[in-house]
Amino acid sequence: MSTPTAPAKKTNRLGFDILPYRGGKTTLCAGCGHNAVTERLVEACWELGVEPWRVAKISGIGCSSKTPAYFLGQSHGFNSVHGRAPAVATGALLANHELRCVLISGDGDTASIGLGQYMHTLRRNPAMLYLIENNGVYGLTKGQFSATSDLGAKSKGGAVNAFTPIDCCLAAIEYGATFVARSFSGDKKQLAALLRAALSHDGLAVVDVISPCVAFNDHEGSTKSYSYMKDHEEPLHEIDFIPFFNDIEVEIEEGATREVSLHDGSRILLHKLEHDYDPSSRLNAVTRLHQASDGDEVLTGLLYLDRSRPSFTRTLNMVDRPLATLPESVTRPSREALERINEEYR
Amino acid sequence: MHATPVVNDFSIHVATANGSGSQTANSVLMRSIFQMGVPVSGKNLFPSNIAGLPTWFTIRASRKGYIGRKKEIDLLIAMNPETAREDVMALDAGAAVVYDEPLALAGLRDDLVFYAVPFDKLVTGVCPEPKLRKLVRNMIYTGVAAQLLGIDIDEVRKALVKQFGERKKKAAEMNWQAVLAGQSYASENLPKADPLKVERMDANHGRLIIDGNTAAALGCVFAGATVLTWYPITPSSSLAEAMIDFLGRLRQDPETGKATYAVVQAEDELAAAGMVLGAGWAGARAMTCTSGPGISLMSEFLGLGYFAEIPGVFIDVQRVGPSTGLPTRTMQGDTLTNAIVSHGDTRHPLYFPSNPEECFSMASEAFNLAEKFQTPVFVNLDLDLGMNNWMSDPFEYPELPVDRGKVLSTEDLERLGGFSRYQDVDGDGVAYRTLPGTPHDKAGYFTRGTGHDEHARYSEKADDWIANMDRLSRKFESIRGAIPAPEVRFHPGARVGVVCCGTSRYAMEEACDQLREELGLETSSLRLKAYPFTASLDEFIKAHDRVYVIDQNRDAQLLALMKLDLDPVLLLSLRSVRYYGGLPLDARTVSDEIARQEGIR
Ligand SMILES: Cc1ncc(C[n+]2csc(CCOP(=O)(O)OP(=O)(O)O)c2C)c(N)n1
Ligand code: SF4
Ligand SMILES: [Mg+2]
Repeated sequence: MSTPTAPAKKTNRLGFDILPYRGGKTTLCAGCGHNAVTERLVEACWELGVEPWRVAKISGIGCSSKTPAYFLGQSHGFNSVHGRAPAVATGALLANHELRCVLISGDGDTASIGLGQYMHTLRRNPAMLYLIENNGVYGLTKGQFSATSDLGAKSKGGAVNAFTPIDCCLAAIEYGATFVARSFSGDKKQLAALLRAALSHDGLAVVDVISPCVAFNDHEGSTKSYSYMKDHEEPLHEIDFIPFFNDIEVEIEEGATREVSLHDGSRILLHKLEHDYDPSSRLNAVTRLHQASDGDEVLTGLLYLDRSRPSFTRTLNMVDRPLATLPESVTRPSREALERINEEYR
Repeated sequence: MHATPVVNDFSIHVATANGSGSQTANSVLMRSIFQMGVPVSGKNLFPSNIAGLPTWFTIRASRKGYIGRKKEIDLLIAMNPETAREDVMALDAGAAVVYDEPLALAGLRDDLVFYAVPFDKLVTGVCPEPKLRKLVRNMIYTGVAAQLLGIDIDEVRKALVKQFGERKKKAAEMNWQAVLAGQSYASENLPKADPLKVERMDANHGRLIIDGNTAAALGCVFAGATVLTWYPITPSSSLAEAMIDFLGRLRQDPETGKATYAVVQAEDELAAAGMVLGAGWAGARAMTCTSGPGISLMSEFLGLGYFAEIPGVFIDVQRVGPSTGLPTRTMQGDTLTNAIVSHGDTRHPLYFPSNPEECFSMASEAFNLAEKFQTPVFVNLDLDLGMNNWMSDPFEYPELPVDRGKVLSTEDLERLGGFSRYQDVDGDGVAYRTLPGTPHDKAGYFTRGTGHDEHARYSEKADDWIANMDRLSRKFESIRGAIPAPEVRFHPGARVGVVCCGTSRYAMEEACDQLREELGLETSSLRLKAYPFTASLDEFIKAHDRVYVIDQNRDAQLLALMKLDLDPVLLLSLRSVRYYGGLPLDARTVSDEIARQEGIR
């Protein structure tokens, strides 16, 4: 083993090393999928050169929802209440549409208690990364089935789930999210690329990450365990992400790559496998998801992308300056205006 | 049989069916009396449906300025066949009844004055188009009443023009013909046989007629509210709708036409409250309006707002209980709930507006209070105040500048070298905060409900949490000094005091006069304008042997709140007067109950 020489610190386009992108030390179980997702998120934000002060990290309640404390330690974070992070995030964006909002949720937080807010947030398409760390159970309350548990999946105690699962990606595609992806916490490369793409999207980017719970759902009979995912993950494509500020030439393999671009000029390259899969087709996406689940496969990759729908705050036609910063001279109408109204009611 | 005329002191009760378009006729009648310079109030007592069920509208004229509901009815206008008999049987002797001729009510009693009016025949004359007759039929009774009461017909005309506005000239003209038909029928066929009379006064100079919800909406707009989230619920929907209208007119950027606000109709009250918190956390002046059922859904977020210390204004237009049945009836149903709503030791400041002026000023002040103290603030209206039309003094431009509270900027952080989110730097319990999006590497902090030390670091240490809870108590003490003082009327020598909040004031003030004039009992009164209670309440209680606390609910919620907060020694002299029938409280109910408990009637 050679002794490492202190290498020059790597910095991103803002000149930051990775430190400001890290957070507090995780208190989750060793081996928890959520920890891997946090690491990918740290890397993605650093690589993209996201300004930490511009980020609002918002979560509900659960092991997954604790993770905003473990990344971007300089950013504002809000561990809110169970299932209601979408409303809090939406409110924050109303106050300041320039915030980059990262919402972290769990499968219980989103698909069980929070399903109503989730659905309505899909309809509105606010610009944020909506990350679901999906382990099929309630980790923090010790292993009860959540609404994404598959029919027939076994709990650690041996109970068999008798109810059909809610597929957050199907819902997202159906009801209005404009970027929908599924990944696996163990699939480092794919997850990293998808997170960078999602963070660059101007609209609601839902990323549902199968993120095994080693404490309560990593056994034989679970459909969200590491070993199950190893055997059943079905990636749609290999994926590369090239940020807008990076103009390097990439080699595109003729006939085996599909390129899609995002609003900010970033590019997503989808290679090989099903490179003919067209992520702009809603019908295609839904069909493919159903086919996969019928065949006991977990389809991963960029499932759906719609670049045409404006984000929520754009549809509200607000002034450019964030509402939170408007001065009294703008937000309080004049004396004359009040006098006119008094007159109207005389 | 002409008794001495009763001038400017009576109530009119109009009985119709919901959806029959009587609202316009009633408003014009009320406005005509208002324009005669006579203090007046109007209350719509309506069912929870869109069409068909019985509705009553009461108009009270009072030269003394009593504008609470009057229990006794002096003139009944009976238009609803379904309730006509019952309505007539319930009248006190001597009352007058205008009724639709085919109802043949005159035979029911011989101690009333009856005026039969052939509405169908008259409306056919005014309105050749059968389809439109339903719309103007009710306007005939406005003409009849104007004639019988001696209201200047020019004032009716003016009121009608005001009601219809410039754009609906044709409709106004047809309705005017209906008024005239009613007036001339009455003058030719109905000899005056009752004593009620309107005579010109000059009590309403400069005043407006407006409902509390519209006034509160205006207050929010002039407070510089930037985010409104809501979910429709009677009786608060019209507040949000009025606000949307005003925002559209007053809050567009003059150059770009873009909005300086955001309105979201949320999927439910949970989401509405969550958006208020998110927006307040990120620096907007955010608010929502709702009613009791919505408060129930918001309660987890209200607790989070208290502990995470996030400003937000929550306007509660109170009504009767959950589910359906009486959602269109008024109640002070959430006095206690709103003061303590959520779990884990929570206290919230409340404003108790009693009239449109206060709806305007308190809704406006609530934003400053919320941002200064970084906490959810309630404005408690009720259905009576929110949805009925009231006389009001013109609104005064807010004196105080918009106060965004202790928010640190990039420059502040640069100067200070950082900050601790929950540290009581100034000793008033209120710590400094930063907004997300503040460009500084020391700006960020992590927000949770519970479990944080003064640097906003995660902590489950008992001492840290106790220190935090004690600081929150200090903050609530500071709020005590920042809310409006009660309105006190001291009668030297009075042994009996009366206390109320919100719309109970009308019944209270009139009841105090009744007790003095009819029974010789002098009383002092105190009207609370806000919660937490202040020392003046203690002093008031100490200064009297017995203090009656008025509640428009069964469980004496205001009294219960006093029991929670006041020195137990003070509680010995407290007594309760309650009304919970769903109608606006009337003075007679209050004076009768006080007299009964005093043993003087
Ligand atoms: C209103 C409310 N009900 C119940 C709970 C208890 N609770 C805390 S976390 C949780 C489930 C979290 O599951 P999930 O979102 O899947 O997160 P995970 O822990 O699996 O990452 C529940 C039910 C709560 N905090 N609040
Ligand atoms: S309980 Fe499960 S979800 Fe929670 S930290 Fe442990 S492994 Fe992760
Ligand atoms: Mg889970």
